[in-house]
Formats: sequence, structure tokens, C-alpha cells
Amino acid sequence: MEPDDEGRTLTPEERRRRRRRNLALAWFLVLLVVLFFVTTLVRLGGNVANRPL
Amino acid sequence: MSRMSTDISEARLAHPDVSSGAGAVAADIEDYVALLKPRVMSLVLFTAFVGLMVAPGHIHPWIGLVALVCIGLGAGAAGALNMWYDADIDGRMRRTAARPIPRGKIQPGEALGFGTVLAIGSVMMMGTLVNWTAAALLALTIAFYVFIYTMWLKRRSPQNIVIGGAAGAFPPMVGWAAVTGTVSLESVALFLMIFMWTPPHFWALALFRSEDYARAGVPMLPVVAGADETRRQILIYTALLVPVTLLPWALGFAGAVYLAMAAVLGALFLGCALDVFRRREGELAERAAKRMFAYSVLYLFLLFAGLLAESLLRLAPGTPGWL
Repeated sequence: MEPDDEGRTLTPEERRRRRRRNLALAWFLVLLVVLFFVTTLVRLGGNVANRPL
Repeated sequence: MSRMSTDISEARLAHPDVSSGAGAVAADIEDYVALLKPRVMSLVLFTAFVGLMVAPGHIHPWIGLVALVCIGLGAGAAGALNMWYDADIDGRMRRTAARPIPRGKIQPGEALGFGTVLAIGSVMMMGTLVNWTAAALLALTIAFYVFIYTMWLKRRSPQNIVIGGAAGAFPPMVGWAAVTGTVSLESVALFLMIFMWTPPHFWALALFRSEDYARAGVPMLPVVAGADETRRQILIYTALLVPVTLLPWALGFAGAVYLAMAAVLGALFLGCALDVFRRREGELAERAAKRMFAYSVLYLFLLFAGLLAESLLRLAPGTPGWL
């Protein structure tokens, strides 16, 4: 076992929780990217294709 | 939550120590979810959804979903910031001692950071992806809950939940603004319904939790003015609330079915309030207060469900005009 940033040695349970928190944060960020991407498409609608050239 | 409640020792209730935990090392995802007050969030989301559905005009379903996500995150942020500020008194109350900060699962600073990031993020997202009127109202909701209710009124005035109740009443206005981009008389009516409902709802709870509030030093009405005065105030506010719930019909955005529902449900709520007013001693008094509190949640849910059902029926083809 390796110490964390503050010199504490994490138990297996604490390491497991940290990993779960990291994964939850990663998924949240992925969902945020999808949310912004889809919203951009929805708000632009067909205006990009229909714009005067 | 009930399993966690059994872990709370009398020692913690007497001497809460919010800095004893290992903080982020000990925290699990569930602790961060608890920080968002999911039960409160669910009611906030539901009332906001109804506001969004009954508003005139059109919103793309995806943008509507985005608005609800922003409202949910904003409500969660307000909950996290409330738990950060109230960690000391939460540890002294049986109802709240199992929250993540008093249990030492999350450090106060972590909750503050988490809540702040979510608050700013949710408002900015609402503004950029939906509209800035809804974003401004969402910011007002969070600010009202954190600064006006939590920091200013909760520990100072028995009127804390009367004025602070506005924070819980804004969500349908935010939903309405997400569709229309405006604040109108109709959305103010939805606000007033929750605003007037909040005092009898919380005072019914405070009647059978007054020891908890007294121990924490929170000047809830039963602690400061006594149980009898609280019963009188519950009756007054309930009598004022019932006509307010008829406003959606009076303003023309709800029909006869809602009117009938609101009248019957309101009469039952008034019956609960009269019961609380009459029964002042022992087991019967506590049971009346608990019944009023339980029914108050169902009452608000059913009122808004009625509004929602009517708006969905109006969208259906072949619906009669009087509905």
C-alpha cells in the first residue's frame, strides 16, 4: 500500500471508494459534454444547412 | 437513511464534531448524493416540471430536459451549501445527525466547494443553454435558500420558514420562465401556492420535533411561541392557502377538474389543521400533527399532479373546451 498526498496509507476500502468517486466524476463530465453537444445541435436546428452562402 | 440513523450515538447528538472525519478519503458516492438532499430535490423537480408543462408556448423536449437538469443541480447545490453552513446544528438534531458532514464522511470545506461549483455551474448552464431569465430566477432561488434562509433567518427568527419558504416556491417559476422567458401572474400564482403551503407543512413537523429544534437552538415557532400559538398559526395559514390554490382556475390556466380537486383536497387539509388546533394534549395531539405533516406532502403533490394532468389532457385531441 502506498501513502496518499497527506501521508496517510489508504485501506483497500478507501481506495475502492476513491476509485468509485473518480469514475462517477468521469461519467458526469462525459454526460456534460453530451448535453452541450446535443443542445448545440438542437438550438442550431437546420439553420446551418439553410444559411445563405 | 434509517439504517444510518441507528448509528447515531447520544454522544454525537450532545457533542457533534464535524471535523473528526477523514473527509474525502471516507466519502462514498452515496454521501455526495445525500449532500444534494435528493428528497427535497425530487419535489423541486416535480413542481418545476409542472411549471414547465403548464406554461403557454412551446419548448423543445430536449431543452426542457436540460432546464430540469439545471434546476436539479441548482437545488442540489443549495442543499449542499445548507448542509455546509448548518453542520454544527445538524449534528445536534436527531432528524439530521445522520447527514454526511456530522457523520464525518465529508469535510465542511468539501461540501462548500461541491455546492459552490454546482451552484455556479447550474446557473451558467441554464443561461447559456436555456435562457437568462430562468437562470436569474435559479440564481435567486439558490441565493435565497443559502443567504436569506440558512445564514440569516434560520437561527434568528421564528418567521424563518415563512420568508425562507420562498426558496422552495421559486422552482415552478423557473420552469415557467424556461418556456416563456418571462415572469407572469400565472407563474406567481404557482409560487404563492408553495409559499403559503410551506408554513403549515413545516410547523406541523416542528410540533412533534420541537425538542430537536430546541436542542439545536433553532427558534422554530413551537420553541419560541409555544405549541398552542403554532397550532393557531397553522390554522390561519391553511385557511389562507386554500383560496390561493384556486388561483390557477381563477386565472384561466386550470379547468373545472382542477378546481374540484383543489376544493376537496383543500377541505381535507383544513380538516387536518382543525384537528391539530383542537387536539392539544398527549398522543392524540402528536398523531394529529404527524398526520397533517404527512398529508401536506401528498396535498402539494396532488395539486401539482392535477395541474399536470389537465395540461396533458389539453394536448390530447378531442378534449372538451371546458377542461
